[in-house]
Amino acid sequence: MSYRRPYRGTQPDYLFPPYASTVKRAPSQPLVVLPHTLSELTAPVFGYSDINPDDNDLTRQHKGEPLGERIVVSGRVLDENSRPLEGLLIEIWQANAAGRYNHRVDQHDAPLDPNFTGAGRAITNSEGRYRFVTIRPGEYPWRNHYNAWRPAHIHFSLFGPAIVTRLITQMYFPGDPLLEYDPMFTCVPDEKARNRLISLFDWETTIPEHALGYRFDIVLRGREATPMETPR
Amino acid sequence: MSLRATTSQTIGPYLRIGLEWMVIEDLAPQGVPGERVRIEGRIVDADGKPVNDAAVEIWQANSHGKYASAEDAQSNPLDSVFRGYGRSLTDDAGNFRFRTIKPGRVPGPEGSTQAPHVTVTIFMRGLLKQLQTRIYFADDPANAEDPVLALVPVERRPTLIAKKRADGALEWNVVLQGRNETVFFDF
Ligand SMILES: [Fe+3]
Repeated sequence: MSYRRPYRGTQPDYLFPPYASTVKRAPSQPLVVLPHTLSELTAPVFGYSDINPDDNDLTRQHKGEPLGERIVVSGRVLDENSRPLEGLLIEIWQANAAGRYNHRVDQHDAPLDPNFTGAGRAITNSEGRYRFVTIRPGEYPWRNHYNAWRPAHIHFSLFGPAIVTRLITQMYFPGDPLLEYDPMFTCVPDEKARNRLISLFDWETTIPEHALGYRFDIVLRGREATPMETPR
Repeated sequence: MSLRATTSQTIGPYLRIGLEWMVIEDLAPQGVPGERVRIEGRIVDADGKPVNDAAVEIWQANSHGKYASAEDAQSNPLDSVFRGYGRSLTDDAGNFRFRTIKPGRVPGPEGSTQAPHVTVTIFMRGLLKQLQTRIYFADDPANAEDPVLALVPVERRPTLIAKKRADGALEWNVVLQGRNETVFFDF
């Protein structure tokens, strides 16, 4: 068994000059096509014992409440065959409401928030569902090109059932005017693929008088429907 | 009918915020069977400048050639405290490091057996998706019959092989681009 290769136009290439940092870091030699052996078809297993139960609430990690608009970010993790993926570790990190990261290399002239670190963890349940409570991250400037600003986003890191399903991505917010100027958002030609990076406002998970809900479903690579390998 | 995998995005420069809580540079506590190895290396870009903002993750079988994963149906034994997963974040000089055990051999395609190797996944600012590569062990006679090394042009194979240093550590460096560029896999 092996995992399906990406659909055309749905995954970025390494070299993408509009994102300037790719120029010195993208491989220039041809990639070697890797057969999916046991080493690629397996992956580390994490569970509830690896995290704390309240690691998914980024608003309660300090004495006070962080500044900004509280939000609930939830969704399902499925594979390409629509199978819910249970027991996966999701790690997220983000800027604070002012668009500042709690990190020594972030020099943006916006205030740090002593009540916000910006990191969270969760494990998906039997239906592949996860849920975070956080605050809406701010947009922030970067030096990629003249007057470059990142749209508001949350970084997501996921482990799947196999090393080849490992995924790091970013979740965006609906209606953000910065999206069309952002070379990360536009790094793939397939417009539908891009739009799947945008969360949806979700009435169901919105908490009255407390927090708006956003839904972000994530799909990891799925196995080939028919085995591609020759029989053992 | 079938869904499409979510588009990969860069890890960006602020990965430490999200990933530092689970740095695992020592994979094999006392009592884990196997030959102890230290793997150390450095990542450089096209100009030879160190990459100080990368996450390096490794995944490997135990000394019996068994992965601690439900997807591994082999009958060889698991070692209870050995998960086989490591994560190191590069320092200002672009260095990463692991202490682990040399993995056993695992099956390859079409009835072959792979040489001992460690799977490496690398994320950094400037990579819109991860790089996938492998570490093999110098002087292991099984390298000559490894089905994956066999797919790599002979002159580029040395980039996948960790070499023993005078201090006993195994050195394995990553060159992202240019002369002696590391072999990366299309996975
Ligand atoms: Fe960011």
